[in-house]
Amino acid sequence: MSAETATAGGRTMTASERTLQRRQRILGTVYLLAATVIVIYFALPIDGATQSRLVLNLPPVTFAIPDLVLPSAGTLYFMALVAAFAGAIQLTRGFGARWALVLGLVATAFVFAFLVWVAAGQSMSLTGLLQTSVQRAVPIVFGALSGILCERAGVINIAIEGMLLSGAFVGAVVASITGDVGIGVLGAVLVGGLLGALLAVLAIRYMVDQIVAGFVINILVIGLTGFLATRVLQQNQQLNTPPRLTIAPIPLLSDIPILGPILFRQNIFVYALFILVIVIFVGLFYTRWGLRVRAVGEHPKAADTAGINVYFVRYRNVIMGGLVAGLGGAYFTIGSGVGFEREMTAGRGFIGLAAMIFGGWNPLGAAGAGLIFGFADAIQARTSILGIPIPSELLGSLPYIVTIIVVAGLVGRARAPAADGQPYKKE
Amino acid sequence: MTDEKRSIPPTEELARTTEGAAAAAHHAYGDLESVEQPEPPARGPGRLPRLLGPLLLPGLALVSAFLVGAIVIIASDERVINMFGTDPLGALGMGISTTFAAYGALLRGAIGDPVQIGQAIVDLDLNALHRSLNPISETILSSTPLVLTGLAVALAFRSGLFNIGAEGQLQVGALVAVLVGFGITGVPWFIHLPLALIGGAIGGALWGFIPGLLKARTGAHEVITTIMLNFIAFRLVDYTLRTPLYQRPGRADQISKIVEPSATLPQFIDHPLLRAHWGIVVALIAAVVVSWLLFRSTRGFEFRAVGLNASAARYAGMSIARTIVLSMMAAGALAGLAGAAVVLGTTRTMNVGLASGAGFDGIAIALLGRARPAGVVAAAFLIGGLRAGATPMQAATGIPIHLVVVLQALVIMFIAAPALVRAIYRIRTERQTGAEAFAKGWGA
Amino acid sequence: MKLELRGITKRFPGVVANRDVSLVVQPGEILGLLGENGAGKTTLMNILYGLYRPDEGEILLDDKAVRFSGPAGAIAAGIGMVHQHFMLVPVFTVTENVMLGVESTKGPLLQLDTAAARRRVVEISERHGLHVNPDAYVQDLPVGVRQRVEIIKTLYRQSKVLILDEPTAVLTPQETEELFVIMRSLVEGGTSIIFITHKLNEVLEVADRIAVLRRGEVVGTVVPAEADKEKLAEMMVGRPVQLTVDKDPPRPAEPVLEISSLNIRDDRGHPAVRDLDLVVHRGEIVAIAGVQGNGQTELAEAITGLRQLESGSIRVLGEDVRPNPRAVYRAGVAHVPEDRLEEGLVPGFNVAENMALNNYWQPPIGRGMRLDRDVMARRAQEQVGEFDVRTPSVFNDIANLSGGNQQKVIVAREFSREINLLVAVQPTRGLDVGSIEYIHKRIVEKRDAGAAVLIVSTELEEIVALGDRIAVMFQGRIVGILSPQEATFARLGLLMGGAHPEDERAAEQALAAASAGADA
Repeated sequence: MSAETATAGGRTMTASERTLQRRQRILGTVYLLAATVIVIYFALPIDGATQSRLVLNLPPVTFAIPDLVLPSAGTLYFMALVAAFAGAIQLTRGFGARWALVLGLVATAFVFAFLVWVAAGQSMSLTGLLQTSVQRAVPIVFGALSGILCERAGVINIAIEGMLLSGAFVGAVVASITGDVGIGVLGAVLVGGLLGALLAVLAIRYMVDQIVAGFVINILVIGLTGFLATRVLQQNQQLNTPPRLTIAPIPLLSDIPILGPILFRQNIFVYALFILVIVIFVGLFYTRWGLRVRAVGEHPKAADTAGINVYFVRYRNVIMGGLVAGLGGAYFTIGSGVGFEREMTAGRGFIGLAAMIFGGWNPLGAAGAGLIFGFADAIQARTSILGIPIPSELLGSLPYIVTIIVVAGLVGRARAPAADGQPYKKE
Repeated sequence: MTDEKRSIPPTEELARTTEGAAAAAHHAYGDLESVEQPEPPARGPGRLPRLLGPLLLPGLALVSAFLVGAIVIIASDERVINMFGTDPLGALGMGISTTFAAYGALLRGAIGDPVQIGQAIVDLDLNALHRSLNPISETILSSTPLVLTGLAVALAFRSGLFNIGAEGQLQVGALVAVLVGFGITGVPWFIHLPLALIGGAIGGALWGFIPGLLKARTGAHEVITTIMLNFIAFRLVDYTLRTPLYQRPGRADQISKIVEPSATLPQFIDHPLLRAHWGIVVALIAAVVVSWLLFRSTRGFEFRAVGLNASAARYAGMSIARTIVLSMMAAGALAGLAGAAVVLGTTRTMNVGLASGAGFDGIAIALLGRARPAGVVAAAFLIGGLRAGATPMQAATGIPIHLVVVLQALVIMFIAAPALVRAIYRIRTERQTGAEAFAKGWGA
Repeated sequence: MKLELRGITKRFPGVVANRDVSLVVQPGEILGLLGENGAGKTTLMNILYGLYRPDEGEILLDDKAVRFSGPAGAIAAGIGMVHQHFMLVPVFTVTENVMLGVESTKGPLLQLDTAAARRRVVEISERHGLHVNPDAYVQDLPVGVRQRVEIIKTLYRQSKVLILDEPTAVLTPQETEELFVIMRSLVEGGTSIIFITHKLNEVLEVADRIAVLRRGEVVGTVVPAEADKEKLAEMMVGRPVQLTVDKDPPRPAEPVLEISSLNIRDDRGHPAVRDLDLVVHRGEIVAIAGVQGNGQTELAEAITGLRQLESGSIRVLGEDVRPNPRAVYRAGVAHVPEDRLEEGLVPGFNVAENMALNNYWQPPIGRGMRLDRDVMARRAQEQVGEFDVRTPSVFNDIANLSGGNQQKVIVAREFSREINLLVAVQPTRGLDVGSIEYIHKRIVEKRDAGAAVLIVSTELEEIVALGDRIAVMFQGRIVGILSPQEATFARLGLLMGGAHPEDERAAEQALAAASAGADA
């Protein structure tokens, strides 16, 4: 079979070169499209004199820095230029190994352009937006971490949604009963661990399909919490009013302009999350524990013959994943000072899974991905405040659309642990 | 053979990842068409009569689920808890009687009270007859979309795909069906109704096409994409029901215009208490079609081959990508048809939260029915009955309808883990069952 | 350390894998464990390594009974195993793989002390001549090097008994000789080695004693000096075995398969086949020898329409082959794939459905959308009878059949029509001798019926027995085409290892020297 394609230059191309060229074309077109959207939809309708005021201080401030005031149209055209430039180069020469970096750059430019457009003629608190993004990202990253703990050992955890929900429920109820936030959190963590144990038993011992098992746990939790919420909580509101967790700004650090309010003026859940991300990262890649976990997830038979107890490792990691998810669930109620509502997790567990995949099964990557999703979520929450002339339902779909794009675009590149999802059979 | 882990091109990756669900369906539940190895005598406390064999495990699963459900009912009853300190036996007794009352009400809500029915026949009292047949009618009504969503998920299962998106596909199907339903006038019913139904199927097929294409082209795992598309579908419904095209004039809430009579699925008996309509016939016909498709058509042969061993299917010249897309489209079409059936038969209009949960129930039903059309129909009626009986149960005993969700989850859990049931009831066989299922990874 | 197995019995549902097996291995001895596929060798070793628990019998180390709860126990007792399918994590480095399970750690958090482990790996590697890059990722390493890593793993754990399970399956003859040299040096240091194989010449060459396993029982223990290949083969199988294939001389006619300037990339984008030319004629068998991973798999896939070409052409009867297996089928090409369970059959489908995998879309089975199951069943019935497939019925799940019968189903499916070209990759891998004989016979029959046959195999005996012309692939190229007379193992081994024909003389001398040195 002849597999030759003539180019304009007359040289024949190989199959792999053709795939590369196609990706180049798609990206280049997308960049140019982004530039066009910015110009036509964002920039043109704006009066030349309009300014966008991006407020960078979030009171209370110690070191005030001036607001970022930008000429709206001008900035937008500049961003469009960046995107168009990138698109032109991508279509002609391409960026070689740096193409992912450029993609990130253009994406950032587009988002920035969007923000400038939204803030045209008014002021928008950029720092506030980012601070909210972090808050919105918290349950997602907890979910992603839970997923990482399980999947690095080779067990798919679809039940994160249910674990989050159960953590929210138990946390709220226990905290309301005891009046103590700490015990409430403990309860949430424990119930998460319990569900993790259930998943582990079903998937490892009884070798139920892991996705089915996770799904079963999800509907079990949805049903139980809904049942109990209606039967018990509605009549007894005192069981559903957890004490509010206060914001605990870290002295000094929280005064850093911009970064301070975003990262260090949050509640303990956020700080716990920072620590957890780092701990799990170091653990997975620099300790004996991590090596063994990863071996079990990649090649359980090899780990078995090396003397590692595969079942034990999987049980342990899945339960740990449950504990983490339970903690994350408590954030919905205790962490936000609200009572439990049926199905209040609204798919965050699944978005967490997407963040895990986006982040390459790496805690740092997942944290980054979670932030991006949190950002999308935060924008959606401010639609009416900011007067964004896009229907709120469309914006509300944004996190989900982003998830699909992420999963479709990146799964091919990111590698799951090789034995992910396969039950280990010892003869 | 060496253990090299090669990274593999998209089609082969696809081959590796599509084996999950159908293999789950097959390996867990066995293919009844194959001759099974002669079973050595079972050890343990009971050698059970041959006949009961295949029904035993599902039966025990049901029983176990109801038992756990009873515990949930009793443990959440305030009066029982209060009484427990002073009079434990009395508390227990009350708990048990509450449970019986609840299950009894559930059952009566699902199929009616035989005594009542008999009495009405004897008395030749038409009104009473209508009233007493109401539960069965409601069950049929509930089961109609469930048969279709169950088929939707089961068909995808067979190709190795987890279609969690039946919920969204149903919604989109309903949107299209209702549009055809109220948007066209002056057309006789034998054109309008099929058109509306087909429209629903097309809408659902579109919503299934997207994750199918994504999986085929990029390897994106359909579990995530379908779940995301569900959420997007809900938002889409929110939005469209506020547009002038859809929104019923004179209403501020999100409810659509009313479907023309020429596009409605008529009820069997024109009585407000007997709402069952011809949608169930559509659903049953669909079940027959799916059965034929899976087992007597070349396309179905491919679906099943890809689901069981996509690698070998590729070697046999089957296009895995095309199979995935077609399978998801067909599944979506079935779910869309479910939406159409509800909107054209049950409600005659569309609102937010239409048939909420029918898509997820479809997953449960596909699992219970072991991904076989006949099983799906049976399971759909089971769940449909539970759902229909839940509201009367709540009305009669105050037990929230969520109990039914709990029961459903428990049934699935026990069905999906036959080994668990065996362990609980100490049924032992010497034959190894082997791994029950093989979920593959996220497509990487 | 003296190792003894006494009365080991292990049962699985429906089969007794080991029955009352008793063996002794003295310190510093190489025991060859011989048996055909399915005889129970691997099961026995898995018991020794703690992966299985014996139903009866015991294991004694230095005359003391021991019981292992798992590989950790066996490792601690000084037993090391190099498995047939490597137990290496592809995405880890060599050092990480070697230290897995016995990691060097530092600090309170048990942080990995990779540097210390690396030093030890280098030291062992140099001491025993097992050259390897400790920082390389295993997935980038060729198969021969991976085996070295496996051996280093056992040395790292200071094993006193080393079990090698079919180690030479992935090696060229030269590399096999090198392995034997390493084995002998280890043995001189006091290590005992159990060398599992089904290759008669190897076990005769390197073992001090040979135990033959058949159907789970030890049928005898011999000393190499007192045995020859025929006797061993007869012990393995239980009847006199014909070690060669009866075939008439080939009568090649017109070319059927013409490959020119073929270039193919593998899944990771690296060149797998480079500038390859080959012609296969009607009525001849061309056998391609080569260590796995030199492009044979990709070549076979391209010929059968499963892989895209980078450049060049493949023609069957003058027509270009398109990457469409169905078009390839229509062109009269039959394909017996490398991995019968992964690629050739659908477990979960019954025998009849599997028989129809290649033609279900065609009448009389497939008409439009309809699938005629009765015709499918009838056809399968005929084929089962003709090809002697042992199954209670054609509705039996294919997974219930034995390996040999599964392969027969594939053969029946592919051979039941007139074909122009047969492409068979590892056609007898993992099969018992009876099935091997049968399949070889049918292949020769097809050749005589006028098909062009292309065989790809790593078993040199099969290559030499079947091939009318023998081609050797190395790094994507055909480095030599020999006649059966010219194709000595030595010469084949050289080509497989990439040596140039001029080096032949020198290499042959080296080979002779190595064997002589071993016997001294």
